[in-house]
Amino acid sequence: MSGRGMNLTLKIWRQPNAKAKGRFETYRLGNVSPDMSFLEMLDVLNEQLIQQGDEPIAFDHDCREGICGMCSLMINGQAHGPDRETTTCQLHMRRFHDGDTIVIEPWRANAFPVVRDLVVDRSAFDRIISAGGFVSVNAGNAQDANCLPVPKRDQDKAMDAAACIGCGACVAACKNASAMLFVSAKVSQLALLPQGKPERDRRVLKMVATMDQEGFGSCTNTSECEAACPAGISVSNIARLNREYLHAVLLSDETGEAAKPDGGA
Amino acid sequence: MFQVADSILDGHVPGGPVAQMWDSHKSDLKLVSPNNKRKYDVIVVGTGLAGASAAASLAELGYSVKAFCFQDSPRRAHSIAAQGGINAAKNYPNDGDSVWRLFYDTVKGGDYRAREGNVYRLAQVSANIIDQCVAQGVPFARDYGGLLANRTFGGSLVSRTFYARGQTGQQLLLGAYSSLMRQVGTGKVKLFARREMLELIIVDGIARGIVVRNLATGQFETHTAHAVVLCTGGYGNVFYLSTNAKGCNVTAAWRCHRRGAYFANPCFTQIHPTCIPVSGHYQSKLTLMSESLRNDGRVWVPKSPTDKRPPHEVPDEDRDYYLERRYPAYGNMVPRDVASRAAKERCDAGYGVGSSGMAVYLDFSHAIKRDGVDVIKAKYGNLFHMYEKITAENPYQVPMRIYPAVHYTMGGLWVDYNLQSSIPGLYVLGEANFSDHGANRLGASALMQGLADGYFVIPYTVGDHLAKNGTKLKPVPEDHPSVQAALGEAKSRVDKLLSINGSRTVDSIHRELGQIMWGRCGMARNATGLKQAVDEIRALRDVFWTQVKVPGSGEALNQNLEHAGRVADFLEFGELLALYALHREESCGGHFREEHQDEQNEAKRDDQNFCYVGAWEWTGTGQPPVLHREPLQFVEVPLTTRSYK
Repeated sequence: MSGRGMNLTLKIWRQPNAKAKGRFETYRLGNVSPDMSFLEMLDVLNEQLIQQGDEPIAFDHDCREGICGMCSLMINGQAHGPDRETTTCQLHMRRFHDGDTIVIEPWRANAFPVVRDLVVDRSAFDRIISAGGFVSVNAGNAQDANCLPVPKRDQDKAMDAAACIGCGACVAACKNASAMLFVSAKVSQLALLPQGKPERDRRVLKMVATMDQEGFGSCTNTSECEAACPAGISVSNIARLNREYLHAVLLSDETGEAAKPDGGA
Repeated sequence: MFQVADSILDGHVPGGPVAQMWDSHKSDLKLVSPNNKRKYDVIVVGTGLAGASAAASLAELGYSVKAFCFQDSPRRAHSIAAQGGINAAKNYPNDGDSVWRLFYDTVKGGDYRAREGNVYRLAQVSANIIDQCVAQGVPFARDYGGLLANRTFGGSLVSRTFYARGQTGQQLLLGAYSSLMRQVGTGKVKLFARREMLELIIVDGIARGIVVRNLATGQFETHTAHAVVLCTGGYGNVFYLSTNAKGCNVTAAWRCHRRGAYFANPCFTQIHPTCIPVSGHYQSKLTLMSESLRNDGRVWVPKSPTDKRPPHEVPDEDRDYYLERRYPAYGNMVPRDVASRAAKERCDAGYGVGSSGMAVYLDFSHAIKRDGVDVIKAKYGNLFHMYEKITAENPYQVPMRIYPAVHYTMGGLWVDYNLQSSIPGLYVLGEANFSDHGANRLGASALMQGLADGYFVIPYTVGDHLAKNGTKLKPVPEDHPSVQAALGEAKSRVDKLLSINGSRTVDSIHRELGQIMWGRCGMARNATGLKQAVDEIRALRDVFWTQVKVPGSGEALNQNLEHAGRVADFLEFGELLALYALHREESCGGHFREEHQDEQNEAKRDDQNFCYVGAWEWTGTGQPPVLHREPLQFVEVPLTTRSYK
């Protein structure tokens, strides 16, 4: 641990509940170690607030190792802060300087309403997966795992897409609050694998319909989502999603029912 | 301090040869007809590997399932953070693996403190798990021929670990989550996220429901069902610093314990050898570096305690590769408990590295020279990235500094062969139960157990309970006295936490508890320290209930209040852990009593006196609990001293 503690000014969004009007509060925090994680810095601030008799700042977090996707935060206008391919919990204070002012906000999107302070409701993502982000195979149905070889290249690309942690940074970074990167990651993973083929058309139609219904915007084609993604999900997945969607609309015999978010279940 | 029951606890392990046990037991289990399944409600608490797979599988069978998790989405459960892999007896590499060998390795790795019957079943269904996951689209690593790849994990001489880069837990959980969400879509599962279980509802001696608090609104809810399946993970956070997620807790299990469920082997805790060392007093958690790294990384310290040269300047002849020296047969791949104690031994003797002296090197320079950077990057890239993020050091250039940290808990609620607790109708799966890993879990076996329990055991055993008791289980109305009593208790505890308004923060008390636990019940334990731990925990519990400060109200999202409830339960549970460590006068697996070691500092087990599962019955806060014993029989794998030399 080094002795160079930083003094910071923090402007943090406070909002008691979904219906209340929110506003920025300013806090000063001294002696911040550069080896702290960003969330540990907020822990220290919260301990001080509790000692003063104030309510601590609510923020979502859990694993603190960059994989659960629960942490969020717009930090100085950037989803998960300034580092590429890094979640807020893996962002460290050595990235900031003594005297910095840091603005901290929740994800901003109609489909992600604020629950409290920096906590938002991302259950729309669960509903999109529920519409089609799966292979329909009951426990006990499966045949031997090696009976279906998968080319290593396809498997690697599927894994790249499957690495999505569902944090919602792509939505928060997009000026249209589009969920295309999130949806495309799951569609791509399953489209690339032979196990996903039987439900390929139905999956993409239902997931896209649900995405629209949940109030996410349309794609801007500006790739802000990829730049903000802590899991390194590429926008080439969006291109694959568009191909899958076109294929399903033009060439498949899935009925119109499948294109309704809750139709044809 | 406690009483010992005379009667023998029965694990209901079926008789006969272990290889036929599960098959013949399945034919004895009663079935519920397909048309009747929808009439039965099953509550599943927790949505990690065990919970998500159980909820999905039960819904696929036709049961009406309600699934609960405290996170904002079931996909966040901490199974997601498992890195290295999942074991299965597929023998794809043709290197001599078999169901029997996986069974043998697990019993031996657990230092002969697990039930043979359970472990054999685990090894048997392990292959089905891989099939199921591949069918779901889990992108396991493959070779150029398109077939599945394997790596080696500790405590084994074969390669049986399947993996998806360094994110195996994530991929398996997302597979189970996708199956769960498919059932949510069909309406067979009702999902309740941001709910924390605070009480178990028991009617006529049978588990019939739960009380939860909606964490977003603060509202209490009661849910009733015909069976309750608890999949709520381990209690590693009793140590404050651990590799667990911040939210991991013992509350659901502890609330069931207080209502009559026995708690088994609480002192069997796993300290993982390769974690990033503590860097400061503000540290909120510890990060694991996967055991798979030991496939290519070599662990060492300088041969001289005064050698302060940077690691790359220390020539090979001045390095002590102490695992390879002490355990030539297994080398760096010894089980976790052995590797952790060896690291502690070197650091305590003054050979540790880094500014604190509480770290050893995990060095990839040989592997990088042998295989090239690209090969190492493909295998471990995300782990190296994570290491660099946290420490600001590049592990491709300098060795990692690592030290052991609390990681997994083998102990948990006691269950019988059917995974039913001592409360009828309450089933416990995954890390939350005690059943399969004895006193030490082998790497890549937690994912295996969670999914085995959820996909392939509970669908059979819960049906037996419902078929036998179904007609007796009348609907439980919301105004039933048992429901109201449980609800009242949950509410009054929350009110009490909010009303103390003292001067100590919840986090400061949790940290203090962690220091007691790590100092006295950590990698090495002795009678004096454990007795002190019991006294100190009791004193700290009094401090908590008189001086804790929880701001805000119970009628909204209040994360501090959630934390307070969990710490309150850890303060009761920690005492039981210490008490059991004191009682178990032997060293086995992760439980190392300094009084019981041989001349080479290896653990000395006492099979004469301690070859049993210890299951505790609650008698009241501060009251002496009752210890029940379930003797363990080793027929297939005869009791011997565990050796990895």
